[in-house]
Amino acid sequence: MNRLAAITLTVLFAASISDLPAEAPLGTWVRDAQKRVVKIYGAGGLKGLEAYQSGFLVSPEGHIATAWSYVLDVEPVVLLDDGRRFESKIVGFEPSLELAVLKIEATDTPFFELNEEPTVDWGDPVIAVSNLFNIATGNEPASVMQGTVASVTDLNARRGTFKTPYRGKVLILDLIANNPGAAGGAVIDSDGQLAGMLGKELRDSTTGVWLNYAVPADALRTTIGDIIAGRKSTVIDSATAMLPRKDSHNPNALGLVMVPDVLETTPAYIDTVSTDSPAARASLRPDDLILLVNGQRVDSQRTLRSLLRTIDRRDNVELTVQRDTQILPVTLQP
Amino acid sequence: MMINARTFYFCSLFSLGIAILSCSLSNAADPITLDPALERVENSRIESVARAVPSAVSVFVPGGGGGGSGVMISPDGYALTNFHVTSPAGSFMRCGMSDGNVYDAVIVGIDPVGDLAMIRLLGRSDFPKAELGDSRAAEAGDWCMVIGNPFLLATNLKPTVTYGILSGVGRYQYPSGTLLEYGDCLQTDASVNPGNSGGPIYDADGKLLGIVGRCSFEKRGRVNVGVGYAISINQAKNFLGYLHSGRIVDHATLGATVSTEPEGGVVVSNILESSDAYRRGLRYGSEILEIDGRVVQTANDLQNVMATLPNGWRVKMSYRSEGKTVETLVRMMGVHLEDELLKKMAGALPPPPPRPQKPSQDDPDAEPQDPDAEQGDKPNKNENRPRQRGQGPAKPAVKIPQQVKDQLVERKGFANYHFNLAEQNSFIDALRNQFPATNTAIKPPSADEQQAWLITGETDQTPAQPVTIQVAADKMSLQIGQKTLEIDKRSEMYDVVTDGSAAGLLPALDAWRRMLNDGPRKFGESYYLGTMPLGGERPLRDVMVGLAGELEVRWLSHPDTGAVEAIEVFADRDGDPAELWLLREGDSKAMPSVIDLRYGIDSTLKINVKSWEEVPAEKLEWSAEKKSVKNSDKPNLEKAVGATQNTNDKDEVKV
Repeated sequence: MNRLAAITLTVLFAASISDLPAEAPLGTWVRDAQKRVVKIYGAGGLKGLEAYQSGFLVSPEGHIATAWSYVLDVEPVVLLDDGRRFESKIVGFEPSLELAVLKIEATDTPFFELNEEPTVDWGDPVIAVSNLFNIATGNEPASVMQGTVASVTDLNARRGTFKTPYRGKVLILDLIANNPGAAGGAVIDSDGQLAGMLGKELRDSTTGVWLNYAVPADALRTTIGDIIAGRKSTVIDSATAMLPRKDSHNPNALGLVMVPDVLETTPAYIDTVSTDSPAARASLRPDDLILLVNGQRVDSQRTLRSLLRTIDRRDNVELTVQRDTQILPVTLQP
Repeated sequence: MMINARTFYFCSLFSLGIAILSCSLSNAADPITLDPALERVENSRIESVARAVPSAVSVFVPGGGGGGSGVMISPDGYALTNFHVTSPAGSFMRCGMSDGNVYDAVIVGIDPVGDLAMIRLLGRSDFPKAELGDSRAAEAGDWCMVIGNPFLLATNLKPTVTYGILSGVGRYQYPSGTLLEYGDCLQTDASVNPGNSGGPIYDADGKLLGIVGRCSFEKRGRVNVGVGYAISINQAKNFLGYLHSGRIVDHATLGATVSTEPEGGVVVSNILESSDAYRRGLRYGSEILEIDGRVVQTANDLQNVMATLPNGWRVKMSYRSEGKTVETLVRMMGVHLEDELLKKMAGALPPPPPRPQKPSQDDPDAEPQDPDAEQGDKPNKNENRPRQRGQGPAKPAVKIPQQVKDQLVERKGFANYHFNLAEQNSFIDALRNQFPATNTAIKPPSADEQQAWLITGETDQTPAQPVTIQVAADKMSLQIGQKTLEIDKRSEMYDVVTDGSAAGLLPALDAWRRMLNDGPRKFGESYYLGTMPLGGERPLRDVMVGLAGELEVRWLSHPDTGAVEAIEVFADRDGDPAELWLLREGDSKAMPSVIDLRYGIDSTLKINVKSWEEVPAEKLEWSAEKKSVKNSDKPNLEKAVGATQNTNDKDEVKV
């Protein structure tokens, strides 16, 4: 959308009927957006870690896009705009987009379509809808804020300034949208189209300035589509049979020494890598976090071990690991 | 003013990228032409800002103790602000307006729970005032503006304008600390910063939507993070009369706890038997449908409505119980006992400001903060600091100007008793300028010649029975048909009210007559309470309270005519008062054509009045043999007595 169109649209949503004496409210258009935004409650609640975030519906069957975060460490509870409450399942996530897709057992939900092409450019007016600070509870509509896309740019233009694995374009916003609980909220353009998803809070590590940004909808489109269609599910396929111990992979044989497994769901952090092992040859390092094994989500070391049991020891193992702010695909060759 | 407004507007245009466009499309020499629609919007916004700015008030605590914002709501100087803005100042502050003048201001009334305060700016009778809007009609997405004194920048008295939208309406924010509760409030993304507290939020037309007062802050320090809250103007409207009373006012509670049912609906989970709601039949398990004209579907909804109601109000309520829907009226009790509120308020007052030599710790990030609790906007804590540095004593003695002293009377339980006295005076003036005072010349009370009221009429039953009411100084009677009820002792007045007797109209008439003759100073302890609905209906009536022995009497008068429309006599606090409704046809100064005695929501005795005279007391005829009021009365009044049976239990047991 070019600037001229942006102005016209500003006028349109400022005075959609030309003879209005003052600016018309954003009214129904805001309400339509609010109906598609959900409140998500999960893990957290400790100091500085809010146990809530936002999300938005992306299919009529109850698929919800949200930010991939610690809140999703437990199966989250989702509250729709009408106050209905659902248990949800994480059906897919893409660490490099900081995106997760949840599913609730609901039908005929209102949802946002995801556009193939970017719908906004710098200078375009937008609104952000999220449950920042968990202000809205129950059936209260999510909070709405207005502003402008200040620029469309790469976050990693200054390497390491913002600690995020996301490497694509972002919409930099001139509104203070990225607050606690806002992650996963929707950014809407002046046509009511989804322009992007609010990202997690990011702070410039040197200046301490908080960034207000969103991941553009077109960057999320393919992945969300794949997850909804089942082409990119990270759900563990429970139908796959366990192989006999001697026929399958296991962490030790791959050269992975994990941190001590002391919790029910100890994250799959690598403690050390054995020399001259498949892991060493793939340049895995201590402190790498294993996120996916053959595309399936690893939520704990226990899951890692059982997933490896389903893979023939003569086959390659595809891992997705997080190293600091990088998301890396790694292939372990036996 | 216009320059300010334009500057502001162009700033926002820049953010929309328009300035950049104009630069790229036009030569420097060409005048910029705007789309007519855009120009109209721009002009409209400039006009709204110009309309709104003159009523904005910058509040400064004398002696450099901080400050905040406020908004003028009447030409004679009454302005609203936050309690937490006035509390560091106490009773006197200085206020700047955009006309460039600084006015002395005196405290009028405070609502510590709702964080509202009324102040009065002195020296003019033609202050520019804000036009009050309707915050119930506001919606998320509406354009709005906040005008005020952020960071106390308005040292040139030009307020700061910030623009944005309403992010949410009907928000509930849990009490911060022990007192402040924000219910049914507005949430905005227009910048709200320390110092904006107490200032106005306007809609796009420049109508007042609310009083800004609080922000969500967490780890980012005490600056705007896109979330500001405002007390809705509709809540403020409910409290205006109470604030005008000069009192320290409290909020209302039903005396019940409720929860939201999983399938929706607000259900009572606990109720005080001493509450009026209980007397009106609300029980454990009842579903509350509507209160004060607002449908409630969740506990949060109900909490929101309750947070906007003052202590002592009586509002409409409908509820469903055992399959039946009941429409009724319910009286609210106070959230606090009076002394409890004063005590809590003292606790909420700011600590003495830090002395200059004490190292400052105002790096907000360094302050340990509870992430769950949103930080109330406490300007006394941070706003003060920049102004306090370099000053000598912590609280320099402030000399209160004479014109402020003239309007300041301190008294326990009041923010400023002066304004209560003024309201008492206008009440008694109105009472002495309406029937029956206007009917006969008021005779100065003298020991020699006692005056009395003689009222005749008939009941509205068929067949109608003749009624004679006699009210003298120490004796009064009600005769219905052949039956006479007489009171000649004060204690009997208490009994007739607690018994729900038809003779309950006698103490009401007696109080009226005595108030008329003696005035509020001699009547007993009297004060102006504020305004409240009558029978759940607006307009809000002025309420005067007089304590006479064990009885508390309330006069409810129409705000425009001053005509008394109901007199309520409370005996037992946990029982229904006797309500004497005075119905007139047309002329508010005329004799009431009907007087109607009610207990709860039921009419006990309705009389069509034929005559109402003031006569010498010796001309009245008393029955030779006095009958006991209670005994002779009871058979006729089973219903009323039945209604009070439950209320004799004074134990406040939660069910």
